[in-house]
Amino acid sequence: MTSPERFPSAPPEAHDTPHLVASTASIVEVSDLAKSFGDLTVLDGVSTAFGVGRITAVVGPNAAGKSTLIKAILGLVRPDRGRIIVNGHVVSQDWDYRRGIGYMPQASHFPENLTGREVLSMLKHLRGPSAELDEELLDAFVLGPELGKQIRTLSGGTRQKLNAVIAFLFRPPLLILDEPTAGLDPVASGIIKNKIFRSRESGVSILLTSHIMSEIEQLADSVVFLHEGRVQFDGPRMDLRRLTGQQDVERAIAALMQGGLS
Amino acid sequence: MKSAGKILRYQLRDVIRGRWILAYTLLFLLATDVLFRFGGSGDRVVLSLMNVVLLLVPLVSIIFGTMYLYQAREFIVMLLAQPVDRTSLFLGLYAGMALPLSGGYVIGVGLPFLWHAGGGVGPALGMLLLVGVLLTCAFTALAFLVSLLFEDRAKGFGVAVLVWLLAAVVYDGLVLLVVTTLWRYPLEQPLLVLTMLNPIDLGRVLLLLQFDIAALMGYTGAVFQRFFGTLLGLTVAFGALALWTTLPFFLGIRRFRLKDF
Repeated sequence: MTSPERFPSAPPEAHDTPHLVASTASIVEVSDLAKSFGDLTVLDGVSTAFGVGRITAVVGPNAAGKSTLIKAILGLVRPDRGRIIVNGHVVSQDWDYRRGIGYMPQASHFPENLTGREVLSMLKHLRGPSAELDEELLDAFVLGPELGKQIRTLSGGTRQKLNAVIAFLFRPPLLILDEPTAGLDPVASGIIKNKIFRSRESGVSILLTSHIMSEIEQLADSVVFLHEGRVQFDGPRMDLRRLTGQQDVERAIAALMQGGLS
Repeated sequence: MKSAGKILRYQLRDVIRGRWILAYTLLFLLATDVLFRFGGSGDRVVLSLMNVVLLLVPLVSIIFGTMYLYQAREFIVMLLAQPVDRTSLFLGLYAGMALPLSGGYVIGVGLPFLWHAGGGVGPALGMLLLVGVLLTCAFTALAFLVSLLFEDRAKGFGVAVLVWLLAAVVYDGLVLLVVTTLWRYPLEQPLLVLTMLNPIDLGRVLLLLQFDIAALMGYTGAVFQRFFGTLLGLTVAFGALALWTTLPFFLGIRRFRLKDF
């Protein structure tokens, strides 16, 4: 983690801002990460760090490499180059570090003929005995009556709620939420957002992606902006607005994507 | 490794609740039962079932195996985000498919024999069940390999069907072509080797040798009888059939461990 703001034409005073992300301890450190799929370069030397107890949003246009970055952190994608350290563990062949991660994928398919309760108990079995589980979301979503039904009879929204429950269930120190509110009604997304804030208060680090800019405005402490596999901006959300001279994140991101400052 | 058993437990529950495994079992149950009712004795039923088994077991195993792994893709991602190693997950998924398929087959064919022949068929039925289970394991492993090699589902299914066609139909045609073209030469030994290279042919030879009809295959039949009839031949045949499971299985594991999900 050298400079949190890699923005080519940034005004000089931008570098004088306190490097909040760099100065605090980080839960995830990514250095010089590169990944290509065939001829397609998806990540091209990404270096960044995610601060402990902060909500960091990874944003960028489609195909910017957001999913690949997340999957590399989870060990699902093997990088061609670079190094990732999660909570002190180097991500490579070792898989036990994932005990400390709660992951909510964008969409998930559970085995169709299992019930929600069975999916939960399968994951509990796989994780082994753990401290007290966090079933707060289970109650907040009123999922109890749905748990006895087979997955194939559940609606997309209900599956997504189950997905969220699973991410928070084991009280992991790091949460990776890929579009956490996609496909959820306003009430449910409100519940998730509240849960995200409360998790941060209790010291959990959160990494999320979203294409809803108002959500990032609401939630994120820091923003990492990826474009064509490179980090174009990395720093506190406030800096993003100041740097681009825009009023809100949405316009700031748009300005970044057009590659210019006003 | 402990995770493999845990994954298997839930995968089994999922697969067994699916209706297709029940349909698969019932199909064999019905076919076997009908063959008995048409007045077959135990051995004749085994012989009649042989071709159904040799065609259907590989086809169903490779199609369902491929489909199952493609469908489980998102769930595999979910499980790989847990503290689980990839080898355990692969083992759990494979066993979760190969066990119900084998079980469905053994129950479907075995039960009618129990109530019609009272189990008094012996080695021929034993061989039929064994060959069926080995073919299930081999073609499930091939299915997993195919589905891991091809990201595109349509292409994967195409390749899976192609593999089956090749092993079940085309290969025999090619062998026949070789035999008729080179009829002037002594082909018994090469033919023996060619048979070893195809799991379905291996199954067929192992089954035919349970009956006296091997003599009907002429001189080649006699050579086969002389080779596969010995303990050495039998060991080699089973070894080759087992290799058809282990080879794709380990190639599949290797691919699974290195794959980007």
